[in-house]
Amino acid sequence: MKEALMPLLEVKDLNVGFNTAEGEVHAVNNLNFSINAGDTLAIVGESGSGKTQSLMSVMGLLAENGHAEGQAIFKGKDLLKMSTSELNKHRGREIAMIFQDPMTSLNPYLRIDKQMIEVVMHHQGLNKSEAREHAVEMLRAVRIPDPEERIRQYPHEFSGGMRQRVMVAMGLLCEPDLLIADEPTTALDVTVQAQISHLMNALRRKSNTAIILITHDLGVVAGLCDRILVMYAGEAVECGSVEQIYYDAKHPYTQGLLASVPRLDHMASKEMHAIPGNPPSLMSLPKGCKFRDRCPKAHAACEETPPMQLDEGRHAWRCYLDESA
Amino acid sequence: MNDRVLRVQDLSVHYKVREGGFVRSRSHLLKAVESVSFDLAAGETLGIVGESGCGKSTLARALLALIKPSRGRVLWLGEDLNKLDEEELRKRRQDLQIVFQDPLAALNPRMTVRSIIAEPLWTFFPKIARVQVDERVRGVMKMVGLLPHQVNRYPHEFSAGQCQRIGIARALILNPKLIICDEPVSALDVSIQAQIVNLLKDLQRKLNLSLVFIAHDLSVVKHISDRVMVMYLGRAMELSSRDRLYMQPLHPYTSALIKAVPVPDPKLARMASDTGLTGDMPSPLDPPAGCVFHSRCPFSVKRCEIEVPALRRMENGDWVACHRAEELDLSIGAGDAMTS
Repeated sequence: MKEALMPLLEVKDLNVGFNTAEGEVHAVNNLNFSINAGDTLAIVGESGSGKTQSLMSVMGLLAENGHAEGQAIFKGKDLLKMSTSELNKHRGREIAMIFQDPMTSLNPYLRIDKQMIEVVMHHQGLNKSEAREHAVEMLRAVRIPDPEERIRQYPHEFSGGMRQRVMVAMGLLCEPDLLIADEPTTALDVTVQAQISHLMNALRRKSNTAIILITHDLGVVAGLCDRILVMYAGEAVECGSVEQIYYDAKHPYTQGLLASVPRLDHMASKEMHAIPGNPPSLMSLPKGCKFRDRCPKAHAACEETPPMQLDEGRHAWRCYLDESA
Repeated sequence: MNDRVLRVQDLSVHYKVREGGFVRSRSHLLKAVESVSFDLAAGETLGIVGESGCGKSTLARALLALIKPSRGRVLWLGEDLNKLDEEELRKRRQDLQIVFQDPLAALNPRMTVRSIIAEPLWTFFPKIARVQVDERVRGVMKMVGLLPHQVNRYPHEFSAGQCQRIGIARALILNPKLIICDEPVSALDVSIQAQIVNLLKDLQRKLNLSLVFIAHDLSVVKHISDRVMVMYLGRAMELSSRDRLYMQPLHPYTSALIKAVPVPDPKLARMASDTGLTGDMPSPLDPPAGCVFHSRCPFSVKRCEIEVPALRRMENGDWVACHRAEELDLSIGAGDAMTS
């Protein structure tokens, strides 16, 4: 069974903090999660929930003033303990990351072929013409028309959706074991979003790449992933299979997030469901349950931090309420 | 009808765009908005939906007479805004306000919340007493759910959702009759989007506001609009009452937009059909001949490549610009977004 296998990536007791002029910002607190080869995990949370920073730390991409403690075991080795040169052997080849805004991650001065070919030559030891062929193949796989022609163009000559396809192609160039995608469709138009989602799904099935999808919208990941981790104010609050999260959410925050997704298949009721209030400041996190102030079911016990509860189906949640009562 | 506060007739906005280098530069005509017509009643909400480049933001600016139309008219309470002289137009602008997409970018970071919200008041009534301004500022802050004791704070001390509330307070302070909301929730977290939509709905009911609510997808619009207009490459494709549009879209593009909205339900999401759209949106500088949508339309026939379909009224009172509207059945069925 899958459980018996060693996970591809296992993050243990991860803490990420930033030193700022105003004090220490606790971006990620005691985070644990794992992903198996070929699986898709979505990490869902609002801005400031720590979803991006937890994976930036895994990739060794934290800002200067950031620091991470804990473990991130990738194929038996701890990524957090690696030097930059060691990390570089894994980044790009075994783990790739794509970002929300393709324009900021592509170099505007270089043609697409230059940006793609270099990566392949460096990591796979191919010569230039082999590398070009491989890059063209990859662009074809993400359904860019006339890839032989378009690979000679600059990023600004592509539309937003096309650029994001180039990013997906670059992420998959070296057939990584793990692809981290940070809001890959948020900046795109809806019809293009749908295309990119379908595309990533198809490519994943073909190449058996594990994917971690970071998003703030539970709406977009329902059809795309196997497991979901919900984060709030730097902590994991719930983790489970797609079915457990969408049909049997235990944490009031997850329930609130689900209810606030605008749905076309519900009647346009008078009020949209909103989670009242705003997330707490990461500088001065409240004691106890971080969601307490916004929670409709908060009670006295919530002043102590609730432990993670785990049921037999690998469904975990951080709340004293054990039933969605 | 006299309850129509805003009437837009055959509105077109064209830009001249220069392309190429110094030596061989050519000038093109970019038709950002082309022949758009609609009315808006007092207390009504019109949703305008389309993807980037469809002209929705240009339309918003033309409605406020911030851009001069190349053709057509914008009638506010029966007066053509573009025929008024500057002073008269300025007076009408009290009635017409706008809320922008990026709440942080729309607020001056060096101004306190008080000065941001009060600025329109000072502009229109320079002699107003300070006490009156303060009273009014506190009033609108309460109305949008901000705490009046926060008036001396700066925008960076607020979350994105609260900044959008500040933007709405600024729009409300002159007691406008129409607010144009240009993607007011697209930059916000999902959990906060609903707060702002509910707030706008609530304010509309209390103040009998007319709203134009612009968005790039159909999901949020459903909860606030009475009627929805779908735009593609500067043209209106469909203008229908809310309930009909979502159950039985008339235009293939509307149906594709509905199918593109992701469903937050794993079983339904896996069943969901593709949007049916092929290719990318063409460049607005070089739109396809005939129906602008024909190059991506799964139902396109020869006629669509030649003849531009007019926006015409169907028997049920909705408007559509498609040659094949009568023969196509685009009802949204199981496996698509609409099920339960």
